[in-house]
Amino acid sequence: MGEIKVIELKEEILSDNKNFAEELRTRLKASKTFMLNLMASPGAGKTSLVLNTIRELRDEFMIGVIEGDIASVVDSEKVMKEGIPVVQLKTGGFCHLDAYMIDKALSELDVKNLDLIIIENVGNLVCPAEFDTGAIKNAMILSVPEGDDKPLKYPLMFSICDVLVVNKVDFLDYSDFDMHEMKERVKSLNPEITIIDVSCKTGFNIGKWAQWLKDEIDLFQQEDALKV
Amino acid sequence: MHELPIVESILNIVLKHAQQNNAKKVVSISLKIGEMSDLIDEWVQRYFDYLSKGTIAEGAKLKIEKVPVVLKCEACGSSFQVDIRKDENIKCTQCNGDKVTLVSGREFHISSMEVM
Repeated sequence: MGEIKVIELKEEILSDNKNFAEELRTRLKASKTFMLNLMASPGAGKTSLVLNTIRELRDEFMIGVIEGDIASVVDSEKVMKEGIPVVQLKTGGFCHLDAYMIDKALSELDVKNLDLIIIENVGNLVCPAEFDTGAIKNAMILSVPEGDDKPLKYPLMFSICDVLVVNKVDFLDYSDFDMHEMKERVKSLNPEITIIDVSCKTGFNIGKWAQWLKDEIDLFQQEDALKV
Repeated sequence: MHELPIVESILNIVLKHAQQNNAKKVVSISLKIGEMSDLIDEWVQRYFDYLSKGTIAEGAKLKIEKVPVVLKCEACGSSFQVDIRKDENIKCTQCNGDKVTLVSGREFHISSMEVM
């Protein structure tokens, strides 16, 4: 047997996906298409927020949706009923979407004529946080019934998001969810994050959320115009 | 569950470097993983053993070095370590400031490997 040799290297494990995600972002910038990656636990209200967002913004923007689901198509059927182009990615057991899967979905959408693409990521707070999808902004939903301790359990997810939507605030009266404590924790993990309380059920603050998204899209499309 | 694609990525990088160095066998692989990550060590080795079967990396031992979460206080500039899943209050140990930036804890790379 030969001698053992040590090879020093510093190679990012997920660099392939990261680089490819950058490539997707460059393409999206060229077509002025804002892509939002929406993440949350199962049942937090991702599909409800997607539907509400479509209703709020469909008059202003051309919208498309990418649905990531382990096996079913129920979510994409709901979006399709709204008359919005939707691509269903069945991940076949995979717990997250990565840039390569998103690329596949994008090839089925008329990207250059879309202003906004919403990715509904797989319901999970762990894996989606590790994989860059190529989205322009990352959003997550935390719903009140899940409890205020989620930032303690899933710090990475909270630290990579640009906006946190706290859904089902109509449940606050029935729970011991400490909103102040939760927000403090999130802010210490991620001082730049925007936090918006909503209720998809009552419609509370859906307008505020839609305004945040609209401002981000406008900014993104203007930035692009300035560069050209 | 996300360990599987991650391990696949590790194996590809390792095999690429092994080939570049004309290695006959990969003995061990050292990884640096920040505490922010939810990677479960045990599964990483198990998936690696499974995926590396029949390659020159079969049987290689994965050495995972966890890098602690270190934050820097924006107010006074001092750095301090936290247990991101346990510490109730993430505040500067010197001045109690709560505006912080992440110094380490997001590492996710292969630092070295031993080959023959």
